[in-house]
Amino acid sequence: MNISLTINGKKYEADVEPRLLLVHFIRDLAGLTGTHIGCETSICGACTVLLDGQAVKSCTLLAVQADGCELTTVEGLAADGQLHPVQEGFWEHHALQCGYCTPGMIMASCGLLTANPNPSEDEIRQGLEGNLCRCTGYQHIVEAVQYAAAKLKAQGAAAD
Amino acid sequence: MTTDGKYVGKAIKRTEDPRLIKGLAHYVDDIKLADTFHVAFLRSPHAHARITSIDVAAARNAPGVVAVFTGKDVEGKVGFVPCAAALPDLKVPKYPVLAGSKVFFVGQPIAAVVASDKYKARDAVDLINVDYDPLEVVVDPEAAAQAGSPIIHEEFGTNVAYVLQSGQGDIDAAFQQADRVVTQRFVNQRLAPIALEPRGVLAQYLPGEEQLTVWTSTQIPHLLRTQLALMLGLPENKVRVVAPEVGGGFGSKLNVYAEEALLGFISMVLARPVKWIETRRENVAATIQGRGQVGELQAAVKNDGTILGLKYTVTADLGAYHQLLTPAIPTLTGLMLSGAYKIPAISMHCTGVFTNKMATDAYRGAGRPEATYIIERMLDRIAQDLQMDPVEVRRKNFPKPNEFPFATATGLFYDSGNYEAALNRALEMVGYQKLREEQKAARAQGRLLGIGISSYVEICALGPSAAMPAGGWESATVRIEPTGKVTVLTGASPHGQGQETSFAQIAADMLGVDLGDVLVIHGDTSIVQYGIGTFGSRATAVGGTALVYALEKVIAKAKAIAAHMMQTEVDNVVFENGKFTLKQAQVAAASADAATASATTATPPKQLSIQEVALAAHLGVNIPPDSEPGLAATHFFEPKNFTFPFGTHICVVEVDKETGEVKILRYIAVDDCGKVINPLLVEGQIQGGIAQGLGQALWEEVVYDENGQLITGELMDYALPKAHTVPRYELDRMETPTDVNPLGIKGVGEAGTIGATPAIVNAVVDALAPYGVKDIEMPLRPEKIWRLMRN
Repeated sequence: MNISLTINGKKYEADVEPRLLLVHFIRDLAGLTGTHIGCETSICGACTVLLDGQAVKSCTLLAVQADGCELTTVEGLAADGQLHPVQEGFWEHHALQCGYCTPGMIMASCGLLTANPNPSEDEIRQGLEGNLCRCTGYQHIVEAVQYAAAKLKAQGAAAD
Repeated sequence: MTTDGKYVGKAIKRTEDPRLIKGLAHYVDDIKLADTFHVAFLRSPHAHARITSIDVAAARNAPGVVAVFTGKDVEGKVGFVPCAAALPDLKVPKYPVLAGSKVFFVGQPIAAVVASDKYKARDAVDLINVDYDPLEVVVDPEAAAQAGSPIIHEEFGTNVAYVLQSGQGDIDAAFQQADRVVTQRFVNQRLAPIALEPRGVLAQYLPGEEQLTVWTSTQIPHLLRTQLALMLGLPENKVRVVAPEVGGGFGSKLNVYAEEALLGFISMVLARPVKWIETRRENVAATIQGRGQVGELQAAVKNDGTILGLKYTVTADLGAYHQLLTPAIPTLTGLMLSGAYKIPAISMHCTGVFTNKMATDAYRGAGRPEATYIIERMLDRIAQDLQMDPVEVRRKNFPKPNEFPFATATGLFYDSGNYEAALNRALEMVGYQKLREEQKAARAQGRLLGIGISSYVEICALGPSAAMPAGGWESATVRIEPTGKVTVLTGASPHGQGQETSFAQIAADMLGVDLGDVLVIHGDTSIVQYGIGTFGSRATAVGGTALVYALEKVIAKAKAIAAHMMQTEVDNVVFENGKFTLKQAQVAAASADAATASATTATPPKQLSIQEVALAAHLGVNIPPDSEPGLAATHFFEPKNFTFPFGTHICVVEVDKETGEVKILRYIAVDDCGKVINPLLVEGQIQGGIAQGLGQALWEEVVYDENGQLITGELMDYALPKAHTVPRYELDRMETPTDVNPLGIKGVGEAGTIGATPAIVNAVVDALAPYGVKDIEMPLRPEKIWRLMRN
């Protein structure tokens, strides 16, 4: 099947098998290997990307389902070399160790903050329940999201 | 080198993070080589069966398939999967990389399909026809040791791989003198390490150069290179192993796996790069598992709570084959049976048995969490039987700070510690007395509040070589390049622990350079001198020490060159903050000399930077006649002892009477890992460790059914800690240095996991005291607790 999708602002067109997973399109055809695969069953969230602005797990979507959609992967977050506030929060708060869950965790956090710009600690923890991290014990991740929420809010206020 | 500097001791954010948070790092599957073939495995669906025939014809003819390999194709060409553990009379079954005439566990590789892409390889796996003749399955480790059990490896005539008796002191006298004996059966269930990045291998053999490169997700690149060379019959110097970015290990990648050798072999046969990336199902079934001990602990105690002796009779569930360290893991349990206490006599009787399951091996803590779990649970059982406060039983048996170094009845010398201080600090943080009153009030209202304490000691910085199967030292090279940039090569193989940052902190402080000028390289056997790797909380304590000594050598050499350039004796030169200067007394003399020197003679410099000296060392002209040019040094550090970090964790829980659910109200951890290089990294290790410890206590369990089928085969069924199921951790630290290494570092990688598990189980058992509950087997699922409350 011929499909066409936009990833991080760049258009990709390809003739793909209907069974091709979206995550394999992103990693193998578009060559964007920041999106990881950790379980193939939608549990771990390492493959989380934004599909038309919404956080989705790309290991259980078919590439053909994303035909005509706009995707953002972790590689597309930093604008003009400036880290996204969520990325910055992860760095500042040591919210990653091995880094494998990190791209998915960052994208899920972006999705979470879009839906709820002022999350409580409990809402952050509930909001990230679809993303597993085996290294950090999650506390620094929660702090990173809190940092990003505050920063995004300040940026929003500055823009107003 | 024990005081804080500009960087050491500071919470420096990690230098490795930018590539990781931008999605630009390279894990094995992110490395793409042209013309790579992809490998998929057919794995055994049976736990124990005879293979009567394998038909691969249809698979070989499938679209895109290049080759199919079975056990017959590799027999005699690829060596057996190695076991490095040495124990008296240990039975070691030959472990072929692809099954021979029998399969012994679900997930055992039987055939490898090589195809042009991974979808086609996976499709063709389904076209292989295997006829199996199922055999009787051995699942329960205690039953496996009994006479009359079906035998797994017929050549041994028994399922017992070894019997080990360890411990010292007069155990019979201890039990004779006891006022009472407290006995409890404890189970440390099997766990799956679940590194978020599954295993993966990319192998490339270049026939012209006769060189094999293997990129693999490993914690031990050099040890693996040695073993792969032996398994494949290649000269070791023609094998290069690269551990690229590694997405977590927790011990599961401290191994030599069948797939690593097979991919190398296939690449040699086909002369093309080949890649295999483990699926999560394969990962749970065929990557090593942890724990797996069932035993009975007996404590001989006085009525005042003094412990006179411990007897542990345990069966270790080894699985079907030995992986690298499988049989050795329970020996670490034996070493740590004294816990944080003075116990005059200790005896362990361990029976290691084969079962039709994947091998157990090192998983975060590796034998020590098992010891800490049973000891800390036993301390609470003793308190319960004697109706004492669990705090008092602990205080009664702690060694005092002036008793260190402290010899245990397991043959260890604990280096340093102040166990009671850590306990007291944790009690203070949690507000213990008030909390006990609250618990009383809650109980009066019918609420089930529980407080659990765990005072742990762990054995770290593994270790002196005499106590290790393949060397316990670590290596470091420091190079100061002509431009003054510093390159550190470490034999440790970090995969999330952050040594690219913490080692740069050490080097930058000692050399007086900017942190950004130091690059730490690891994980590539063609770049880095031989090293042992990262496991056993050793990388900083042992590898960091090697780095300190290599730095000292470089500084000594640079100082000699500086003295030559300054036309003075080495003893007249001081090195501080990256600058070589003359000692105060020499400054005046040098000024006088300069005043009298003729106008045509150049005045020797009074100050030189390390960068200027590095350039001179490389230009090779203005250096002492007896000095080699260049500025680099290597050190191999052999530790004289282990280190023994310690601490106390306290967990407060409430159990829901209606549902049996456990809610963690507070989690306090006071840890002492000696001197700290980067508190941010230490905090991260502790927090992540606690989450894994809670995982064992509350949710995690690898379950095989009576047929040896893996019931918890993926993350849908194997329950991991999640953001909303773990508490906020309240941490504090103490710093009792050790003299085992000059940095005073003890290690921190496993402390959280070791401390946490008994803390929460003790808390839940305490919460259920009104029901007369004395023990619950992990994981503490709500259903289990609910049933206990109803019995």
